[in-house]
Amino acid sequence: MDMEQYMGIFADEAKEHLQNLNDYILELEKDHDRKDLLNEIFRSAHTLKGMAGAMGFEKMATLTHEMENVLDELRKGEREVNLQIIQVLFSCLDALEALVNEIITEGVELTEVDSLIDTIKNLDSEVAAALEEELINKTEEIKEEKINESQNLEYLETVIEKATELGLNTFKIKIKFAEDCLLKSARAFMVFRELDSIGEIVYSNPSVQDIEDEKFDQEIEVIVLTKKSKDHIIPLINNITDVKIAEFEVIREGRPVNKEKNEEIDKNDRVEPVNKADEHNHKRPKTGQTVRVDIERLDNLMNLVGELVISKTRLEQISLTNQLGYLNETIEQIDRITDELQSVVMKVRMVPVEQVFNRFPRMVRDLAKELSKEVELVIEGKETELDRTVIDEIGDPLVHLLRNALDHGIEKPEERLKAGKNRFGTIKLRALHEGNNVIIKIEDDGRGIDPQLIKRKALEKGVLSEQDLERLDESEILKLIFRPGFSTAQEITDISGRGVGLDVVKYKIESLGGEVELESRIGYGSTFTIRLPLTLAIIQALLVKSVNEIYAIPLAVIQETVSIREENIKRIQNHEVITLRGEVLPLFRLQNLLDIPPDSYNSSDNYSEIFVVVVRKGDKRAGLIVNELVGQQDIVIKSLGRLLNGIKGIAGATILGDGRVALILDIGTLF
Amino acid sequence: MENYTQEIQLVVFKLDGEEYGIDILQVKEIIRLLDITRVPKAPWFIEGVISLRGTVIPVIDLRKRFQLTASNRDEDCRIIVVMVDDITFGIIVDSVNEVLRLNKNDIEPSPTVAGSTNGAYIKGIGKLNDRLITLLELDKLIEH
Repeated sequence: MDMEQYMGIFADEAKEHLQNLNDYILELEKDHDRKDLLNEIFRSAHTLKGMAGAMGFEKMATLTHEMENVLDELRKGEREVNLQIIQVLFSCLDALEALVNEIITEGVELTEVDSLIDTIKNLDSEVAAALEEELINKTEEIKEEKINESQNLEYLETVIEKATELGLNTFKIKIKFAEDCLLKSARAFMVFRELDSIGEIVYSNPSVQDIEDEKFDQEIEVIVLTKKSKDHIIPLINNITDVKIAEFEVIREGRPVNKEKNEEIDKNDRVEPVNKADEHNHKRPKTGQTVRVDIERLDNLMNLVGELVISKTRLEQISLTNQLGYLNETIEQIDRITDELQSVVMKVRMVPVEQVFNRFPRMVRDLAKELSKEVELVIEGKETELDRTVIDEIGDPLVHLLRNALDHGIEKPEERLKAGKNRFGTIKLRALHEGNNVIIKIEDDGRGIDPQLIKRKALEKGVLSEQDLERLDESEILKLIFRPGFSTAQEITDISGRGVGLDVVKYKIESLGGEVELESRIGYGSTFTIRLPLTLAIIQALLVKSVNEIYAIPLAVIQETVSIREENIKRIQNHEVITLRGEVLPLFRLQNLLDIPPDSYNSSDNYSEIFVVVVRKGDKRAGLIVNELVGQQDIVIKSLGRLLNGIKGIAGATILGDGRVALILDIGTLF
Repeated sequence: MENYTQEIQLVVFKLDGEEYGIDILQVKEIIRLLDITRVPKAPWFIEGVISLRGTVIPVIDLRKRFQLTASNRDEDCRIIVVMVDDITFGIIVDSVNEVLRLNKNDIEPSPTVAGSTNGAYIKGIGKLNDRLITLLELDKLIEH
């Protein structure tokens, strides 16, 4: 069988299950008595085991198998959830994640899991665990010595006795596989899955391991403890292709027990009617009907829509210049369709920020433990959607900011109590829509950032001189921490302060077309606000003409456009300015900024009316002088390619309706 | 079959009266002159960018690169779109003449002509009958 084609699916699904497991176990850590969670955890682990087994990843399968054993005991109440177990489960998840990543990148499992498996086996054993272990040992002995069944059954006796008391039936089932059955182990897996769903398999011959390795003939024999009747089980198994029940032996029937007890078992069993409402609340996310699509295909689709937008603009222009009234109606219709198409394609590319946020609860928990701080992470708006490309990039900056908040922001519990705060620190991670932007806020209620400390550091590191610092107000001082080479960590910890500063965060976010702001109050905490564009591919822009060249300015940075006269322009320190509603606005002539050759300048054109585009650069404003405002339109952003990358003032290119290329200005680096 | 490895096919074009050749395997297509958009602050030898069916690619004016006198671009003027190391770019030439086969044995290493600044761009000189064809080292064209 060609495994390659299943690898992608395996990787995706394995990651999904690991994420689910992480989430559930985190929940479980908060509330040890959540039976519904245990069921979910067990199911996810079980599926993982099956997947790993089917793909032949032995370490994963073995490890999940061991996890499953523990989980099963927890689920059945044979063992109490405690912190030790949760820690071990988390370690298992880490190992599994490492294995999955190795499988994806290297194709083989490298991480050693033996010691972890030993840890699981050595977990404080209670009666059931001891029994189970004995059983496992015995099955192994059987494998080697081929002791006859009746002898082996003695060891099962105690288990069966206990089960009978609980009202469970004990069945011995001999299952026969068709002579020409392919993938016997897969069939066996299906049988096991069916039986697991209605009860518990306490014995199998040959052993589970041998069955997975397909070391068996046409028959397997299992002993099942279940509440279900014979009539229920037979069709369940016989429905599996190429599998038939050869013998069905009732070893012991469950003793009729009093009602109370019966109900208790019910609880441990599958769905529990009483708690239904509760379970609804914690149901795993509904998997609707979906198709997994390669992101490259979506990019391709997006490009094509871009082309269509360009052609549409071109059509509009032709109709306009040729005064073709009858074309208008058609063009309007095409306009509507392309608009819709564009928004649909954009929506398809949108993914909830959940994908990034999901890994944070675990990260914050681990970090808090490490730093011996007590922190609650509150996540809001994780259903907020962002373009896939943005999602892929935003993870690292967010990790950085969260680590910062934990490491530098939140104080130790004693310190918090002294300051009259709750000993639990709170970090809020919020995502929300705001117009054409998505805002992500990271709020902590920690000690806040001291501007004086920043001032001192800035001086120490020679970021700014004392005179320069004097001129800055508090918010400008806070901004200094985004400067390269700036880190206020008093001591270098393992968490942050490893030389990668906030400047990298800022750079990353700006390269995504976004911006980041910081507010902070000493003693009350800090808030980082990240503003991101919904999409990167198509933006609204104003086309302007300078001399005879056309440039596009993203609408997002434009505040307004005003028309002035030459005589309105004043000079301050040899720099042109205007006063706009009382505010002095520095002016820049686009033709000077962009070295537009004057030889094409038509001097007979007397530009008595001058257009000024007022743009925002950070929190400063400036006016760009252009000769003509061509109009506002949707533009498709194209890369200039490797050869022309990183030119100051130019963010990219777009293609105009007439097929010519216009450059998109990058206000941030233009002046 | 032996012939096959011995020969290379060249796209031959004219620039300032001289003949040049580019290995046909590096040529993606040959197009007529399009509107070229100047890119401010670009390296001096880059004339600007064009849109090639929706993809923006840089264009190099070979006359400028070789520091020859600029001439009026006429009807014969072409852009040869080439790809080198995954970078696609266009070069503006006076005219494209033909595609011809050249035996590898007929290629001589580039002579160092005194006073020539363009030696770095030359891979070798191809001799065909009494014609001399300068073979271009394309990756050098886009180096600063």
